[in-house]
Amino acid sequence: MIQLDDIDKNILNLIQLDFPLDVHPFEKMSFQLGISEEELLERMGRLKEEGAVRRIGPVINTKRVGGTSTLVALKAPESKIDEIAELINQHQEVSHNYLRQADYNIWFTVSAANKERLEQIINDLQEETGCPLINLPTKRLFKIGVKFDVK
Amino acid sequence: MDEVDTRLLKLTQDGIPFVHSPFAIISEELGITEDEVVQRIEQLQKNGFIRRFGASIGHRAIGITANAMCTWNVPDERVEEVGAVMAGFTEVTHCYERPRYPDWPYNLFTMVHSYTKEDCEYVAQEISRATGITDYNLLYSVREFKKTGVRL
Repeated sequence: MIQLDDIDKNILNLIQLDFPLDVHPFEKMSFQLGISEEELLERMGRLKEEGAVRRIGPVINTKRVGGTSTLVALKAPESKIDEIAELINQHQEVSHNYLRQADYNIWFTVSAANKERLEQIINDLQEETGCPLINLPTKRLFKIGVKFDVK
Repeated sequence: MDEVDTRLLKLTQDGIPFVHSPFAIISEELGITEDEVVQRIEQLQKNGFIRRFGASIGHRAIGITANAMCTWNVPDERVEEVGAVMAGFTEVTHCYERPRYPDWPYNLFTMVHSYTKEDCEYVAQEISRATGITDYNLLYSVREFKKTGVRL
């Protein structure tokens, strides 16, 4: 785990939901943080290198751009977990993939341009892995707002 | 969303550079001004094509390592009410209703991220107390095989 000072924490809290949309966003941020832009960029570079920041970019609303997505849970035998996770990851449309402690032990999300394509990918995965899986598309959305409160 | 917007999203989806003018190269490639790039991003956000423009955090790297998917068995007629209560917890980052299956009775999903497993368990207990839902699981992620943003 990396060490963060108070300025780092302020940066991490600011860039998630309040990244300024501006031609010179880091300059604007540096005013808010009370440090020079040079120092901010240096810190950002380090936070990226250390894995605290993955990227700054658009969080695309799949549904709104015409796409569709789902969550899939799959039962993989213990001995084949790595192999099956790799098969799943090979699909570019898979955005998240986790091992979880449960009977359904591999959980991944898939987004595709349309329903047909999404079903195709799920069918392919069922065939490729030979594992039982359940398709869990969102029926109702109550909240989506990932913001990590960095303490 | 026009073709320029689509290209703009494709050019920024892997992240902008951390420099004084992060939109300069993109604006050149699209043949529009940097101001227009920023305006288009604002417009995409306003129209809901993007949820936000900002950072994705490597929460594990900074110690937020407990990541629990809580799955709840909620009576169908209570989903609306219970979902709203769960979404109200700040520790809950996502809350969805999903279908049930014969071997999977859990229909409400909440993601809880925190520094420790104990924190996650505490939040789940609080949610259970607030909603009266007692049939639930905490599925911790043991390994991350992949995590990318949704791509165009």
